[in-house]
Amino acid sequence: MSDNVVDLPIAGTRKSATDAVVVGAKSTRVKKRLTSRTATIVSLVIAVLWTLPTFGLFVSSFRPAGLITTTGWWTILQNPGFTLDNYKEVLLSTSQSSPQLGAYFVNSLAIAIPATIFPLVIASMAAYAFAWIKFRGSGALFVLIFALQIVPLQLALIPLLQMFTALLRPGQEALHQLIPMIPAQNYLPVWIAHTIFALPLAIFLLHNFISEIPGEVIEAARVDGASHGQVFFRIVLPLAVPALASFAIFQFLWVWNDLLVALIFSGGTQDVAPLTQRLAELTGTRGQDWQRLTAAAFVSLVVPLIVFFSLQRYFVRGLLAGSTKG
Amino acid sequence: MTTADLLGKIIQVVGALAAFSLVIGLVLFLIDRAPKRGRDYWQLAFFIAPALILLGVGLIYPAFRTSLLAFTNSSGKWVGGENFVWMFTQPAALITLGNTLIWVVLVPTVATAIGLGYAVFIDKSRGEKYFKALVFMPMAISFVGAGIIWRFIYDYRVAGNAQIGLLNQIVVWFGGQPVQWLQTTPINTFLLIVVMIWIQTGFAMVILSAAIKGIPTEQVEAAELDGTNAWQRFTNVTLPGIRGSLVVVITTISIATLKVFDIVRTMTAGNFNTSVIANEMYTQAFRAGEQGRGAALAIVLFLMVLPIVIYNVRILRKQREIR
Amino acid sequence: MSVNHYRRLAVPVATAAVIGLALTACTGDIAAQDTSKTNCADYSSYGTFKNNPEVKIGGTIQDVEADRLVSSWKDFEACTGIKVSYQGTKEFEAQIAVLAEGGNAPDIGIIPQPGLFNKLADAGFLKKAPKAVEANVDKWWSKDWKGYGTAADGAFYAAPLMASVKGYVWYSPAEFKAKGYETPKTLDELMTLTKKIAADGDHKPWCAGVGSGDATGWAGTDWVEDYVLRQAGADTYDKWIKHEIPFNDPAIAKAFDSVGSILKNPDYVNGGLGDVSSIISTEFGDAGLPILDGKCSLHHQASFYEGFWKKADGSKVTVSPTGDVYAFLLPPVKAGGEQAVTGGGELVGAFKSSDQITAVLSYLSSDTWANNRVKEGGVISANTGLDPKNASSDLLAQSIKILQDPKTVFRFDGSDLMPGAVGTDSFWKGIVSWLSGDGTSKVLDTIEASWPKS
Repeated sequence: MSDNVVDLPIAGTRKSATDAVVVGAKSTRVKKRLTSRTATIVSLVIAVLWTLPTFGLFVSSFRPAGLITTTGWWTILQNPGFTLDNYKEVLLSTSQSSPQLGAYFVNSLAIAIPATIFPLVIASMAAYAFAWIKFRGSGALFVLIFALQIVPLQLALIPLLQMFTALLRPGQEALHQLIPMIPAQNYLPVWIAHTIFALPLAIFLLHNFISEIPGEVIEAARVDGASHGQVFFRIVLPLAVPALASFAIFQFLWVWNDLLVALIFSGGTQDVAPLTQRLAELTGTRGQDWQRLTAAAFVSLVVPLIVFFSLQRYFVRGLLAGSTKG
Repeated sequence: MTTADLLGKIIQVVGALAAFSLVIGLVLFLIDRAPKRGRDYWQLAFFIAPALILLGVGLIYPAFRTSLLAFTNSSGKWVGGENFVWMFTQPAALITLGNTLIWVVLVPTVATAIGLGYAVFIDKSRGEKYFKALVFMPMAISFVGAGIIWRFIYDYRVAGNAQIGLLNQIVVWFGGQPVQWLQTTPINTFLLIVVMIWIQTGFAMVILSAAIKGIPTEQVEAAELDGTNAWQRFTNVTLPGIRGSLVVVITTISIATLKVFDIVRTMTAGNFNTSVIANEMYTQAFRAGEQGRGAALAIVLFLMVLPIVIYNVRILRKQREIR
Repeated sequence: MSVNHYRRLAVPVATAAVIGLALTACTGDIAAQDTSKTNCADYSSYGTFKNNPEVKIGGTIQDVEADRLVSSWKDFEACTGIKVSYQGTKEFEAQIAVLAEGGNAPDIGIIPQPGLFNKLADAGFLKKAPKAVEANVDKWWSKDWKGYGTAADGAFYAAPLMASVKGYVWYSPAEFKAKGYETPKTLDELMTLTKKIAADGDHKPWCAGVGSGDATGWAGTDWVEDYVLRQAGADTYDKWIKHEIPFNDPAIAKAFDSVGSILKNPDYVNGGLGDVSSIISTEFGDAGLPILDGKCSLHHQASFYEGFWKKADGSKVTVSPTGDVYAFLLPPVKAGGEQAVTGGGELVGAFKSSDQITAVLSYLSSDTWANNRVKEGGVISANTGLDPKNASSDLLAQSIKILQDPKTVFRFDGSDLMPGAVGTDSFWKGIVSWLSGDGTSKVLDTIEASWPKS
């Protein structure tokens, strides 16, 4: 993967790790318009093609159910009809069996934030060990973890659930007795399950980035007497921020949009169930109210977009630029 | 939800995060003070143990159990290779296998190519952030949402009626007859693949864009001074600079593609010769209650990943030799 | 990472939290049930419980139907002190086995089909029904219905809950009156009527749709089951379901061909929707609607379709013998012959046992519950203690009478009773490929081959 570190034609630009961040931030990048006219056109076309389907759904989400099924959304000017009913139903409709969207929203956040942070930390530690601590069997172990990506999580649910019921449940009950505010059916199993299912991809992705950090940087620190813990926190983590941010986004998305893991491990009660469950319910028992899903799709899109925009700054800056390769 | 409930939830999250950082911090603190002899092993153990324990419990043991399940029938009786015989003798077996191959070839290549091109074109341009967000958006939409969006686009109404599917409307605008896209073999498989490409391009774009920004500016500037054109700079500087990330992206998308069943399930339910192995696996294991058949399909899926694994192993080896 | 980084991260997190709080504030707390006004005489036999023990119920019922279900036990909760919490999800059928095996199943499951019930009971996940429940079922239900809740080991596990009658043919009473059509008394008359409507030439006589997401095809299996039951009789139907005759038996082929003489005949379908191939792409929920526009005359669908009628302008559709639409049962082969119907229903099984669970199970199997629930509207039950007057519409009242009539030959939806590999997979897919043009024998052979060997 990082064989290019050696292949690259230009040598002698290596700097110490501490310099790297500074140089990366300082390096003046010429702001220019899209690189060339063809490139501009091509990227505009891609942007439009990729956005059009979602845009159509967006327009549809403001149209009455009758019009959605009889006329195309692009005819909205000929067939005007504007309604907020779809959103009203998604946001405010209550039913006795599942009264509050707010509760689900809080649950989704409460599931997604730890379920993003836990695997991120655990995987980056493992990735560091695979990349920079030499030990026998390291290669084989890494390949095994990599191959685990293919295990369909549907087939891993039952054994895991059995273990949770046997081992975790008594602890949850005890916690509930201690602090009654925390329900016995809490988020813990969902967090652990998401963490486990995320690890193979996370370790694989992060290993790629962490192993591309120039060996000299780490070896110099080690020679100076830094422990692996210090190297990991002071050198590796700051340099891997773009990779960490990218993975964080994808893990957050995956958890945010997940229904299966949450349903199985939470038992589906209001104490724990995420937004996706409520949205799935809104389509009605026999799927007849699917027009609500148009609005629901956008309600659930808001948070991932906020996360995307706020984490984006970590990798557009190019913290690695100027030093880590080359 | 009462205020107490909300408080309980906040306590859970904050408490869990605090406990987690406390444990990690504490162990890290202690590990640096481990006896000098064997300290490296202690440190190694600390870095790697959490991941290994979780994976062993949550994936390796279940994967092992699944492999055994593949040789039993729905009531748990040992049936030997019967499930595999069934798999390859059902009439649609070859079509399903062929479709899976088409998916795993097309999705990673096309999604990566478009994602890479887009990442290069918008690099350092004005409004890059928003350009990125547009292509990233499909990733943020759940598979259910994506299913609705594209069912809309492929929708069919009898000729003469107003079309509500964009694709058929375009056909009609150009004077054609509307087509039942999702029922027309073999184009339907490709139309489903389009959906997956639409979703995965964002992933490729985000990762590759980060990698492109990791290429030292000096290299690009040096190449510019040498008078190379944009294409030469792309092949000589950009591509080698992001090779590692490219492999990661293609690998990840390939595996995701092999596993995806939601798109097929929500759009055609595997009818009209569109099924893929993952969809059959889900159908057998969960809807039909034939755990054994599902497990057997999962094993075949696992075997299909082996070439990808082997390729990555070779790259890993090369990398270690260099170091 | 510097402190600065954390601050940047804090902004989106805080924003999201604020949105969450705002949404929470919108919805507020649920008001507690006022117990003083409830008449508890009907509920004294279930006892009273201290400290409000909770009983969790899971099922596939959602939305409005779930609301009605929940209100059907409001009084019970108030009088007994038991808190019943219901959670409905569409994934229930796929996940309940996983949850049960993992030890995380709800206390009680509302199981939507006997096939799944048999699987759960055979695997040992379900508890045998308490005595009180069995007594209720013996008192209020027919032997057939009790049989659906009895597993292979001969023990009784699960009481029936609600029911639906399939095999209705929907039509427009106004159109029938205007054109002088009469509701057919035999299957032959139905064909004659079909020919007549087609000959009148205004529109195709039938409209149909089997689309239903990943369950596409099930609406077609209902057609076939109705014909098998009527043409070949209940005995053959039972043998077919138990695989005592193969799926490609001539009796089944005959039923397919009879259905095909309507659904695969381009002169008879698909009124207002397109040609034969449009049957597959039309959602079953939309398939009957052309009747309202006068573009179609006949539509085959179960009694629940009552809730699906909607006009494009949003105005209300009246379902009655003199209203916008009404339905007749798919007729028998011979006029005045025995009335055979197919139908569906739920079974209530317990995954755990406790006194409060027994109380809830007894209540759900009682006539009190059946009447309470039917009064809420939209559904029926085969409970013989149910008063048809409580039904929310003419059609439902009629359906209750059919179910309660001891002369009715009632059979459960066949695909629900077959092994999942057939009933929820190859049979559905077979219908789809059959409607897309494959021949009957080819389709039947494929389905037969998919039947799991045991």
